[in-house]
Amino acid sequence: MNDSRAAILATIAKRLGRGPLDEAARKSLRARLRGHAPGLIPARAQLPHDEQLALFQEQAEAVATTVERLDANSDVPGAVADYLARHNLPSEVVMAPDPSLDGYPWGDKPTLQIRRGVTAGDDLVAVTGAFAGIAETGSLMMLSGPDTPTTLNYLPDNHIVVLRAEQVMGTYEEGWILLRSAGAMPRNVNFVTGPSRTADIEQKTQLGAHGPRRLHIVIVGSAQEDK
Amino acid sequence: MEPTSRAFKENSRAAVNDAHLQQALSNMRVGFVDKRGKAVGKLPEFEALRDEGRDIKAHVLENLDFYLEEFEARVVEKGGRVHWCQTGAEARETILTICREAGAKTVTKGKSMIGEEIEINDFLEANGIEPIETDLGEYIIQLAGEPPSHIIAPAIHKTQDDVADLFVEHHAPYGKTERLNEARALVDEARQILRQKFVDADVGITGANFLVAETGSVVVVTNEGNGDLTQTLPRTHIVTASIEKLVPTLEDTTTLLRLLARSATGQEFSTYTTFSTGPKRPGDLDGPEAFHVVILDNGRSAALGGEFHDLLRCIRCAACLNHCPVYRAIGGHAYGWVYSGPMGAVYTPLLLGIEEAGHLPNASSFCGRCEAVCPMRIPLPRMMRHWREREFEGRYSAPAVRRNLRLWAWLVRHPALYNRMTALAARALRLLAGRRGRLSRLPLAGGWTVSRDLPAPEGRSFKALWAADVRPGRGR
Repeated sequence: MNDSRAAILATIAKRLGRGPLDEAARKSLRARLRGHAPGLIPARAQLPHDEQLALFQEQAEAVATTVERLDANSDVPGAVADYLARHNLPSEVVMAPDPSLDGYPWGDKPTLQIRRGVTAGDDLVAVTGAFAGIAETGSLMMLSGPDTPTTLNYLPDNHIVVLRAEQVMGTYEEGWILLRSAGAMPRNVNFVTGPSRTADIEQKTQLGAHGPRRLHIVIVGSAQEDK
Repeated sequence: MEPTSRAFKENSRAAVNDAHLQQALSNMRVGFVDKRGKAVGKLPEFEALRDEGRDIKAHVLENLDFYLEEFEARVVEKGGRVHWCQTGAEARETILTICREAGAKTVTKGKSMIGEEIEINDFLEANGIEPIETDLGEYIIQLAGEPPSHIIAPAIHKTQDDVADLFVEHHAPYGKTERLNEARALVDEARQILRQKFVDADVGITGANFLVAETGSVVVVTNEGNGDLTQTLPRTHIVTASIEKLVPTLEDTTTLLRLLARSATGQEFSTYTTFSTGPKRPGDLDGPEAFHVVILDNGRSAALGGEFHDLLRCIRCAACLNHCPVYRAIGGHAYGWVYSGPMGAVYTPLLLGIEEAGHLPNASSFCGRCEAVCPMRIPLPRMMRHWREREFEGRYSAPAVRRNLRLWAWLVRHPALYNRMTALAARALRLLAGRRGRLSRLPLAGGWTVSRDLPAPEGRSFKALWAADVRPGRGR
């Protein structure tokens, strides 16, 4: 196996008409990696925060995500319960053990049965938070972790995401900056843009190929003044 | 699969006369071309992003050894393993060994062109491990026992009726015997059957759209979510990727992602874009316990520094296929191997040799659409010309073709004679065409007029007009 490694690296250096890279070249390439400078960032999402929120909603809805804006934490349990009722779903959800979801007064809706944890695939509805919302394309940025299991984003038929307004930002690059400041790369960073879909049969789009059939985002709070 | 690229001409003839295939291909304009046009129109920076994307990949290729080593170091740091493979055979053995160590009985698979290139499914099956394709298109062609006919829409040659027939034929063991007449119902049935496969699989194999050197991450893009279930549920995740998939940083990857979905399906962003870094972490409630990246060369490193160097910028978006008049007329199977369309016409001879695939670069009108839409600005027509030159120089083409080409080359290097002969030919054709002004049969070129007429030349040749100074703006 090591022979193949050496052979591939040697062929690359030879075909590029140089020997192995010298230390100066490596140093400058390492500096490029450490600098991780952004490229051209489209103007589309470089907006005041209230407009970013509006763009996020517009872009999410364009890919069949549904979006609901709420004023206060206390509105969240009712919104979730109403969503379930609206879609004739049982009043049962599996919820990520994410502490950021603890701040909503779930006890106000005693009929809503909540199980915190991971799913084996037999839950109809998952409720999770997200790391960020990216306005540029209406995408959610989700991280894996002990409190945020990835399978909740994929196995249940319905996925409800509770996002605070200040978590919505313009671009993916802002998400990377926030992630680096939060620590190391988790096992998974999932950008989720709408419910699962396929167009593999005669190019007709069908939702719910393997992942959720529905994706609903609840945004709590209002735009940041100085963001 | 045994390549049939040598039979490209026969394959093409059959494809053009296959009414069923033509019906399946007829969805491409609305499905891909129009959607891409709209998505590109909505992003004013798209052309500038193409320049940046091209430059990122060009930079990677110039320093590919460095980025491969950096990527490997980061994967190892995160608890994963990297396996370097020079050939398809080596990659197959490596994957089989990992599967055996994992005690695998069944393997779920995300769509991977490298998987197709190394024919991993046949190999696993021959060794008693059941591979299950989970991308709906790949699942359909796996049931049909066929290779993909498109790099992102592998079952584009199948109609809904074909899919219904395949499901009736293969889904009885799951208690599904009813023939379904709606795409929705077909998707639901596949979802239900594959859901159990995801849960039962011991190993998940995915491809990679990008490998990020900065973090050791593997990027997998899907719309169905099958890539995520494939890599999250089994105990072992194996990634298959070719050496040129490297990208330096998360920011560089972001630039390429802004180009990929728009160029491929006309989406602003694919539904699921997943960065995976190592196996599951302490405390994680899900994710694989083992993470392996199988990096395949298979002749690519030898292409660096040569005429086909820039082809290694390709990000497999399929825009060149979707916009190619030849692909749209014959579909992907005619090309005889796993890659098709303009990128396949350049890639296939590189990987299989010009003897096997020398016909493919000839299947182009050089209309230039492929290069015009390629997000990485790969000069595909120029590369096809390079292959044609090699085919000529290496004496791979038919003697009659070579003789005529040589005659033509001689003629155009003698302008006086050339002018006289073309003037003569123009007059002769005009006479032959008579009052109709069109020729339905052409001496020495009967093939050309089988399906169309040649309009007769109307007057002097372009060169004669030019010499007479009838240029636009000259007031005549």
